[in-house]
Amino acid sequence: MKIKAQVAMVMHLDKCIGCHTCSVTCKTTWTNRPGTEYMWFNNVETRPGPGYPKQWEDQNRYKGGWEYSNGKLRLRAGGPLSKLKNIFYNPDMETLDDYYEPWTYDYQNLINREKGDSLPVARPKSMITGKYIDKPEWGSNWDDDLAGGSEVVPMDPNVEKLQEHIAMEYEKTFMMYLPRICEHCLNPSCVASCPSGALYKRDEDGVVLVDQEECRGWRFCMNGCPYNKVYYNWNTHKAEKCNFCYPRTEAGLPTICSETCVGRIRYIGVVLYDADKVKEAASVEDPQDLYQAQLDCFLDPFDEDVIAKAKEEGINDEWIKGAQESPIYKMAIKWKIALPLHPEYRTLPMVWYVPPLSPIMNHITNEEELNTDGYIPAIDQMRIPVEYLASLLSAGDTKVIRKVLLKLTAMRVHMRQKTVGGIDPLKESDLLRGAGMTEEEIEDMANLLGVAKYKDRFVIPTGRREMHGDLHYKQGACSLEDLAPPEGMVTYPFERGS
Amino acid sequence: MIDIFLWVVFPYITLTIMIVGCIYRFAFRQKTWTAPSTEFFEKKWLRIGSPLFHYGILLAVIGHVMGLVIPLQFYQAIGVTDHLYHIGAIYGGGLAGLMVVAGAVILLIRKATVDRVRIHATFADFFSVIALIIVAGIGTYMTIVYNTTVEAYEYRTTIGPWFRSIFTFQPQYQLMTEVPVIFKIHVIASFGLFASIPFTHLVHIYSVPIHYLARAPQQYRSRAGYQHRRDYK
Repeated sequence: MKIKAQVAMVMHLDKCIGCHTCSVTCKTTWTNRPGTEYMWFNNVETRPGPGYPKQWEDQNRYKGGWEYSNGKLRLRAGGPLSKLKNIFYNPDMETLDDYYEPWTYDYQNLINREKGDSLPVARPKSMITGKYIDKPEWGSNWDDDLAGGSEVVPMDPNVEKLQEHIAMEYEKTFMMYLPRICEHCLNPSCVASCPSGALYKRDEDGVVLVDQEECRGWRFCMNGCPYNKVYYNWNTHKAEKCNFCYPRTEAGLPTICSETCVGRIRYIGVVLYDADKVKEAASVEDPQDLYQAQLDCFLDPFDEDVIAKAKEEGINDEWIKGAQESPIYKMAIKWKIALPLHPEYRTLPMVWYVPPLSPIMNHITNEEELNTDGYIPAIDQMRIPVEYLASLLSAGDTKVIRKVLLKLTAMRVHMRQKTVGGIDPLKESDLLRGAGMTEEEIEDMANLLGVAKYKDRFVIPTGRREMHGDLHYKQGACSLEDLAPPEGMVTYPFERGS
Repeated sequence: MIDIFLWVVFPYITLTIMIVGCIYRFAFRQKTWTAPSTEFFEKKWLRIGSPLFHYGILLAVIGHVMGLVIPLQFYQAIGVTDHLYHIGAIYGGGLAGLMVVAGAVILLIRKATVDRVRIHATFADFFSVIALIIVAGIGTYMTIVYNTTVEAYEYRTTIGPWFRSIFTFQPQYQLMTEVPVIFKIHVIASFGLFASIPFTHLVHIYSVPIHYLARAPQQYRSRAGYQHRRDYK
């Protein structure tokens, strides 16, 4: 047993209002430099939809993640030999057009244009070439709130997989938001794809980082990551990615996306896991067993043996306490209401999601007269969302999704009965049995999902930087230092000449 | 006098610039040390040009090792006649040269005509490609045209020993005096190109990730000693 600590995140999708505040604060913190305009370490997608970059889930095209064949776990895009062979041209790599061409507006024209008969306009201008774009055609959230409708929705690889027609009529349609950051996987395929060995997973907190010195710009990480969350900076010719705001988490603060989340959908905490089990867990034959296999990697932070072993590995008391109070531990492991995004990629992702109940519950029309068990068919009736959610969160296993939705429904009904009344008590109902939870647990869950305060949502032990011997030397050191232009001095290569 | 400058002083100056420059850049400016890929902007022409150019260069390097580093006596010892060697050199070298020149020309045209690529290309980027086309162009001309129309020049008794003598620090510049002019230009241009390496993205030729074949897929590093990589299975 080799115990490691991982800082992980859960997002409660029911609470996401799709406001993109997380994306914007992340952008202004990390990717507001030349070469990074198109990068969104955090982005929010409307589902069903193609996402960002377009159709990132289509692994037949990008060849991301791992595959298990002939008893061996290997990179879908090919191992080291085939990578060296393709190093001069990577057929699977995405291009700028798979994301979008970032643009700004010619605001100066609003001020400087000579007086005329028409109103001055600010024309869109490419941030790559500096030329005017007559008609921007795609952006990072171009399909926000199902914009583009019946033309854009079928581009969703999950919809294609369902082989069922998703109703696009106004009354029957459904949508949900999916905020995405780097998954900081236990078995990261970007790390394994890097020929230079510049990508690594940090021992202390499991954050996956790019060494900006060692990166040589071979770009296999870009499509090697099945979530397409490693980006190529065309200005520095190096890879960049979400770093889980480690300068913040090391100080005990949540990531900037979580800090500023309006719906308070994000939870951060520590999970202890057995690093020796990771490869085995990623190598189970049936993709639908990957969820359980990953759960089996996690360790009980209350177990005496685990605590003793963790201390041996150098995990301090603060981190063990953090693991015990971790909201992630509760949601993902104890109550099992959070699920990994696309476990079938075999990377064992560590940003998990509580599936949304709303598109299903909104379908209930006669809630006034409903008894407790009347909610059960509601979950099963709207088949497409359950299957759709299963395609996102459980490798297509609808039983897993149904179980989570039953738990969330039981919580909703129980809290309604408790605060409003008018429904028969949950105690003896099939709903509670189906959910497999006690009333006490359900109330705990309602508390964490509904009313939890800052300190309950973010349980982040600090990085104990003060313990380092060379603290003075490290002061102010940051991976992006001297890649970022001085404040207020953003110049683009195409502007330097003039 | 001019011979001493061209075949002793100049090679040492250029090699020193290359070695010291690369060490300096690696040690103090490693954040600028990359392969300058523009595949992210354009991949249709790159698909043809880049593999053609790079595989051509690899073949050409092998060819130069065979012609300059391996002594003539070795070929005689294993029974490769001069005639046989030159046939191999002309066909193999000619193919490599054509690949390099064709690939580089495609890449240059792409660099100059695709907006997204051109606007971000620096002087150094254009310089490397044009310099490579000149050096490789002359080399290909020597291999294919000069060797077949004028004479199959035996550089293994002149340029080869001179090249090796540079690295034993006993430069025999006399060997170079009688070499045909076109070969002299090729050698001088090449050394000039070597000197430019630390100032361009050509530094990536020293970063061939061979160690990737041997290392464990997952890499872990600790926060304190993050520069020390570690395999973990």
